[in-house]
Amino acid sequence: MRESTIMKIHYGTALAAVVLVAVHVLFRITMMNYEDSLAYESVIANYKYVPYAIMLELILVLLSVHGFNGLRVILLELKQGRSYEKAVTYGCIAGMVGLVAFGSRTILMASMGMT
Amino acid sequence: MSEVTLAEEQSSTEVSSAQTIILRIAKFNPEHDSGSEFVDFKVPYERWTTVLDAILDVKKHLDHSVAVRYSCRQASCGSCGMKINGRPRLACFTKISELNSDVVTVEPMNNYPIVRDLVVNFDRMFANHKKMQPFIIREDSEVTTATKEFNQTPEQLEEYIQFANCIKCGLCNSACPTMATDSSFLGPQALGQAYHYVADNRDKGKNSRLKIIDDSHGIWRCHFAGSCSQVCPKGVDPAMGIQLLRGYLLGFRK
Repeated sequence: MRESTIMKIHYGTALAAVVLVAVHVLFRITMMNYEDSLAYESVIANYKYVPYAIMLELILVLLSVHGFNGLRVILLELKQGRSYEKAVTYGCIAGMVGLVAFGSRTILMASMGMT
Repeated sequence: MSEVTLAEEQSSTEVSSAQTIILRIAKFNPEHDSGSEFVDFKVPYERWTTVLDAILDVKKHLDHSVAVRYSCRQASCGSCGMKINGRPRLACFTKISELNSDVVTVEPMNNYPIVRDLVVNFDRMFANHKKMQPFIIREDSEVTTATKEFNQTPEQLEEYIQFANCIKCGLCNSACPTMATDSSFLGPQALGQAYHYVADNRDKGKNSRLKIIDDSHGIWRCHFAGSCSQVCPKGVDPAMGIQLLRGYLLGFRK
């Protein structure tokens, strides 16, 4: 993939994540007491409300893609070398896929009541 | 650190000068030395004395072994770039009186391999410059066609003319924080030149240049620190050129 395409994805995921996280925070503030956000019942209720669970999944994907690409860029600037750069790229893709899979599993299990 | 004072013989700068400074020169020969060492020289100066004048004075009277690259002495050739009091500058374009310091420290530029003392190796910078295809690319030519010259309006010229002032002194690359860690980064000099030809309306090689800079160590590794534009002695703004080039790659500019 061309670097410009990767960077377009990088900027796009950042902008989309800012919007969705803002919606998420607004929900916390407007729909309930902010300090109750992380109460067990509140979290489970969020996951069980499918549109909200989809939004959380989207935030997870956006932040994982953006974050792991950012990490790739930082690591590429720290050190150079063909095998090192390959390892960094594939390592970051693996990390991103792993984090999305683990997060999605949590969201799915909670939304299906498997807690 | 040793200090050497000026000998009794006549200096190239005026001996009557009442003012003196300590010129602290970094000495390093990679073939013999393990690290660089500063040597102090007491040199007289006048209002018009440049750092290069002072270095050449030291070289003539005090230490012939000081290695320095220079040529035109008028900020045109780009040979005498070095770090003066911590900032990359042209030695021939920096007056001692402007520095407002009793000690003037001169070191080789950062981000380049040192050849000796104040001389650095420009091979990588010139290689990256060549990579940018720094010439007009098009099928026809002013020379072979019997039609006409490639005329430009003042506005078309304005798009790129400041980038034509680049003298390849390498100060921008020396000031660039990305170049300090990323040895494969193209650097502001090369990217500024890429913009120069991409923005020239006579040129038809935009796509091939954009392809070259659209690399994992290309244009996207610039963090817009802006230090390249700060240190340029010719008023070129590579940081702006890089942002404008990004506009082409992101589809904001055609």
